[in-house]
Parts: sequence; structure tokens; C-alpha cells
Amino acid sequence: MTTLSACPACAAAPLAESVVQREIATADVILSLPTIHCAACIGTVERSLRTMPGVEDARVNLSLKRVSVRTRTLTDAALVARLQAAGYEAHPMDSAVLDNGKDPEGQRLLVKLAVAGFAMMNVMLFSVAIWSGAADSTRDLFHMISAAISLPAVLFCGQPFFASAWSALRVRRLNMDVPISLAILLAAGMSFYEVLNGGLHSYFDAALSLTFFLLVGRYLDHRSRRTARSAARDLAALEVHSAHKLVQGSTQTVPVSDLRVGDVVMIPTGVRVPVDGTLISLEATTDRAFLTGETAAIRSVMGNPVQAGEINLGAPFKVQATAVGADTTLRRVAAMVEMAENSRNSYTALADRAAAIYAPAVHLLALLAFLGWAVLGGDLRQALNVAVAVLIITCPCALGLAVPAVSTAAIARLYAKGFLVKSGTALERLAEVDMALFDKTGTLTVPASKAVRDLLTPAQQAVARALAQSSTHPVSRAVLAALPAGEAATLSNVIEVPGRGVQGLGPDGLAQLGDGGWLGADFDGPGLRIGCAPAIALPLSEHLRDGAQAAIDGLRDMGLRPGIISGDRAAVVTPLADALGVTDHQAGVTATAKHDQLQALADGGHRVMMVGDGLNDAAALAAAHASVAPSSALDAARNAADIVILNDSLADLPLLIKVARATTRLSKQNFAIAALYNCIAVPVALAGLATPLLAAIAMSVSSLTVLANAMRIRRVR
Amino acid sequence: MNVLLVLIPVSIVLGGLGLCAFLWTVRSGQYDDAAGTSARILLDDDGPDEG
Repeated sequence: MTTLSACPACAAAPLAESVVQREIATADVILSLPTIHCAACIGTVERSLRTMPGVEDARVNLSLKRVSVRTRTLTDAALVARLQAAGYEAHPMDSAVLDNGKDPEGQRLLVKLAVAGFAMMNVMLFSVAIWSGAADSTRDLFHMISAAISLPAVLFCGQPFFASAWSALRVRRLNMDVPISLAILLAAGMSFYEVLNGGLHSYFDAALSLTFFLLVGRYLDHRSRRTARSAARDLAALEVHSAHKLVQGSTQTVPVSDLRVGDVVMIPTGVRVPVDGTLISLEATTDRAFLTGETAAIRSVMGNPVQAGEINLGAPFKVQATAVGADTTLRRVAAMVEMAENSRNSYTALADRAAAIYAPAVHLLALLAFLGWAVLGGDLRQALNVAVAVLIITCPCALGLAVPAVSTAAIARLYAKGFLVKSGTALERLAEVDMALFDKTGTLTVPASKAVRDLLTPAQQAVARALAQSSTHPVSRAVLAALPAGEAATLSNVIEVPGRGVQGLGPDGLAQLGDGGWLGADFDGPGLRIGCAPAIALPLSEHLRDGAQAAIDGLRDMGLRPGIISGDRAAVVTPLADALGVTDHQAGVTATAKHDQLQALADGGHRVMMVGDGLNDAAALAAAHASVAPSSALDAARNAADIVILNDSLADLPLLIKVARATTRLSKQNFAIAALYNCIAVPVALAGLATPLLAAIAMSVSSLTVLANAMRIRRVR
Repeated sequence: MNVLLVLIPVSIVLGGLGLCAFLWTVRSGQYDDAAGTSARILLDDDGPDEG
């Protein structure tokens, strides 16, 4: 096809493909850009990167919200700083974890879809001529041309169905693809036989349009799954998998997987501990919120144990590893998650349940039609013709589209709202929940560091860092811990005003970090003021997450019972629960107890939705009927959850449930439409009255009805 | 009806050309970033670095 093609595009295609592959192979740095959303963003990002010395090329992918930068000299940090200066949040991604952005499976389906569409349209034209009365040699000629186009096209385009049907038959089971494959192959084979014997009817157009419509469903299904999968992988790639190992007094950056028991690891401020170990610095302050749900910082002294997953809030410290990789506490939880997930895998999707009833019924019906006509009519050829007509008429064109069309529309709708649906059956399970349990720390509340990061621009953060570094006051230390790691600004004349705060001179004038009253503002507690700008209050305790109240109220209005289940102290949980109006709350619950409670609720007949982010929630997330995690969650929790919330607000949780319920409702309606159409068409086919024209009309009308019905998901408010 | 013997091959070849063009767009990755492609048309700068 490459050398002797009459079509220039065919010759150009492999060339273009090799060009694309080369470009991807040399893209060195991939950055995630969570905030880009329009043409202006693409323009600004690409311009600001391309004008940077050392950057050879930069290309934004808006669908995946990332940019790949080709450079030989620049580091991730320099590029991130450049983009932050341009006003865009950027995070380096681990390109080893990412896929290369190509989708060979999707491309194969798209090619088959195109070939099926092309063949269908051509054959349909010949069929229209035959239906309008082409006779004798013209009809035979048209039949022969149709056969020449259809047979190779059906064999090529039907492969996904044949493969799936074969793998089901090999283990002696029936799935939806068995009647599909049978109908396609029988229709094409039967028609070919008829054409060779000068018959009147051929079902080539039916075989092809069946393939075409079903491929549309298959492609939609594949696309929504892939979007979810690749976005989930994006989240994993954002985790930094390197550690600072101390070797003979100097630090080396090594992958976490290369650490061994006994290695000494340096933990900089704000970084997660990668191993279980013993503290060998004098003292350390860490945040265990992810592990236990406690919000208070933990102080450890030399010789105390430190667990993987803790975050360093204070000065850098050293840890000697006692357990690495799969032996760490962090990873042991993963085993628990896996066990809980196995029980959930027994859930059968709506489409599979429908197929289990449908597939045997269709086969039986076609067989009965064949036997009935063979015995009563005595004409085997006529009997086979009727059986094929029954198979085609009942064939699940609409059934094959019923669920994928609805779930694709629903997943796209939810993605636009910031929900990432990771599991295929998540929406169906979510539609059934009657209780919603929330974790507190990190889910209903956001830690101070997140709040500070959102409040200050990178330039302001640098100034705050410089001021906080120069003081040993506990409040300064807390501010420093809340700031993300980065460069400090250069300030002169930095002095500490006892009992008030720190001040220094920067490019924008006097910069002050300290008590609100001292800064001339009306808030208590620490704040930052630069030049004549008004002071900015810096929250150093956790904050209620955006939309938490709206989510709880909305869920209650929909008939879901909200509850809080937290590992934190009752003194913190109770006031929060009262403020949110949640009566059902528990404090001091360990990870195992959370899991056991969810199991108990499930045994008691409840279908629980769990919303959580920490390692202590991971097992509970997996044990819940459906689960949701915010994007800030630990990757163990994100992996266990069905749905990840990509933006920072919980306000759309009720919409999520509404869309999930609508998805199930519309899918069932679609099944009903398909069944209704079968009720009318099957008797006609059984009576031997079905013609190819009737089959073509019925098939197209039912498929379009189902697609139009699926689009109604956009109107769910 | 002899005109059919010319018209049918011509129409099939024309359709085939369209199919080949579509296959080329698939293979060269023009459906990889649907959102970006629709936004890029609004970009103004026709500089030499713009692909």
C-alpha cells in the first residue's frame, strides 16, 4: 500500500506517522497545566516557552491539559518558574509513568469505523437502486458489486466483535458480541449465497450498517474509558518519585525504588517521607494527616520512628531507612485495598445483565424460526432466510448503543464539571447510594498550606519565605511550613520586631510578616503586607473546603444521609460537624475500623458513598459501594476511588449523584425503546415478511432514537 | 445503461479517495487533541514558529 498506491494520502500516511513518532520521542519535559482552558492560554503558554533561550519547541495539548517542551539544557524547575511568571500553574510530570499520548486502539477503531461507513454508504446506494426497482442483469450486477465491497469490509471491520465473541465462547459463555457476530456473518454469508444463485434479496447493507452503528458505540465507549484512564495516570505522574540520599556527606537524587534498608535519606521542608525509618536528626515536626487524619503536627526526637507518607513541616531532617518499597506501612495498606476491591468486582454492569437475558433469547428465537419454517414449509433456503432476518431485526444495534451513548455523554458532562470517572460501573453504583460518609481532614477541610498557596502569588510567596526564614518564632516556622518549597526573595535590612513580626526592604518597598494589628489590618493572627498594598491574612489552621456546606445540604435534599467518619480528635470533629449540621459523626476512627464500619453498613443493606483522601480512607473507599476522592488525595486513595474531583470544590457533588441517577434512568429507557421496537419487528420477521428495506429503516430509526435520548443527559441540572 | 460501467468505478474511486484522506488524518494524530485544535484556529500569530 505504501509503494504502489494510487492514492497519494496512503503514501503520505506512514510518512506523517513517522514524523509524529520522532517528535514525541524527543519531547523531553512534560508539564501539567491544570488551569489552561482556551485559545489565549495556548498562545500565552507556547509563546512564553518558545521565547525562552534553550527551548527548541513547545506544544500544548488542550484536551490533556499539558505541554511538552523540547529542550536539552533547561530543568523542570526553570520551566515551571517561567510559566508561573506568565500566570499559569504548572507541575512537572514523570514521563516514565505517562503514556506517550498516542492511542493505537482508538485509532484502529476509528479506521474500522471509517471503512465501515464508506462501505455502508456505497452499498446503500446500490441497495436504494435495487429497492426502487432495478431488475434482471442490472440487479445482479449491483448485487455483485455490493458483495465485492461488503465481504472484505465486514471481515475487516467486524474483527473487534468476532474477537470478543470468540473469547466468550471459548470459556463457554454468551455475551452481546455472540449474536452480533452471528448476525453479521450470517447476513453477509447468506446474502453472498443468494447473490450467486440470482436471489432477489440481499442483506449486505444491513450487515454493514449493523457493523457501523455498533462500531460507533464501541468507539464512544473506548474514548470515555481512555480519557478516564489517561487522566488517572496523569495524577500518578504528578507524584515525585525521587529522594535525596546521603552518601558520604553529600546528597544524591535517586529514584525512591533504589533506596535500601540502612540508607540515610534527607527530607527537605514540605516533602513527603519516602521510607519507614528512624529519625537521626535531633528533632522533627511532621504532618501525619494523610496517615491518621490528625491535623495537629507531630514532634519527634532522635531515635523515634518515622513513617512513609508523613510530610516534613519544619527544618530538613535525616532518616535512616528501616523498611522500603513494598514493606512500608504505606504499601501494606494497598494490600487491604486490593482485598476490598475484589468484593466490589462482583458487581455486574447493566449492559451485561441485559446481555445475559438477551443473547440466549435471540438465539433461541432464530433457531425456532429456522426449525419452524424448515418443518412446516419444507424449504431449507427459505427457513435460513427467515432465521437471518430474525437475527438482523433483533440484533442489538440499539442495545449496543444504549449504554455507551449515555455513559459517554454523562462522562463528558461530568468531566466539564471537574469529575473524573475512573470506573465503568461507577455511575451505575453511584445512582444506588443512600448514605454519604465523609472523611474530615483533607476532604471536608483543606490544610493550611493549600490555603496559603492559593492566597499568595509566587512573588508574594518568595517574600514571605525570605521573611519567615529569618526568624525562629513558632509562627514564622508555621508560615514557612505552609509555603510550598521554592526560592526566597532577596531582602535587605531584615529585622525582627519582638512581639510583632519580621520586616525587611524589598523591590516593592517595606515587606512585613506579622500580627494583623501591627500591619494595620482588622484581623487577628499572622498576615503579610508588601509596600502600600493591603495586608493579606495567612490562615494557619485548616479551613472548610469550598462547597462543603452546599454538598452536605444538597445530598440531604436528595435523600442521602450525610455522615462524618474521621481519624481526628473529637474536639476538632464535633464543632465542624455542628457547623455543617451533620448529626451523624464519629471521631478517632482508625483505618481498619473505617473499613469494618463500611462493611457492617453494607451488610445492613445500606449502599454507602465514601468521600475521602487519606491513606486511612483507602480501604474504606474500596469497601464502599461507590467512592469519591479529591485530586489532592494520596495516590493510594485516588487509586481506590471510583471518581476523582479535579477542582477544589465539593459543591457539585449533588450534581454528580443527579447525573449518575439520570444515566441509569436513560440507559433503562434506551433498553425499553430497543425492546419495544423488537416487539413490533420480530413478529414481522417471524412471519417471513421482513425485507432488507424494512430492516434498514428499522435499524436506523431505533439507533437514532437511542442516541437522541442519550443526549438528554446534558439537560440534567 | 452503459454509462453505469464508467460512473460506478468513478464514484467508488472518489469515495475511496475520501476514505484515504480520512485515514491519513487519523494516522497523523489529528484527532488526538480535539479541544486544542478547535481553539487554535482563534490564535492570531502566524509567526514562523507556529506549526
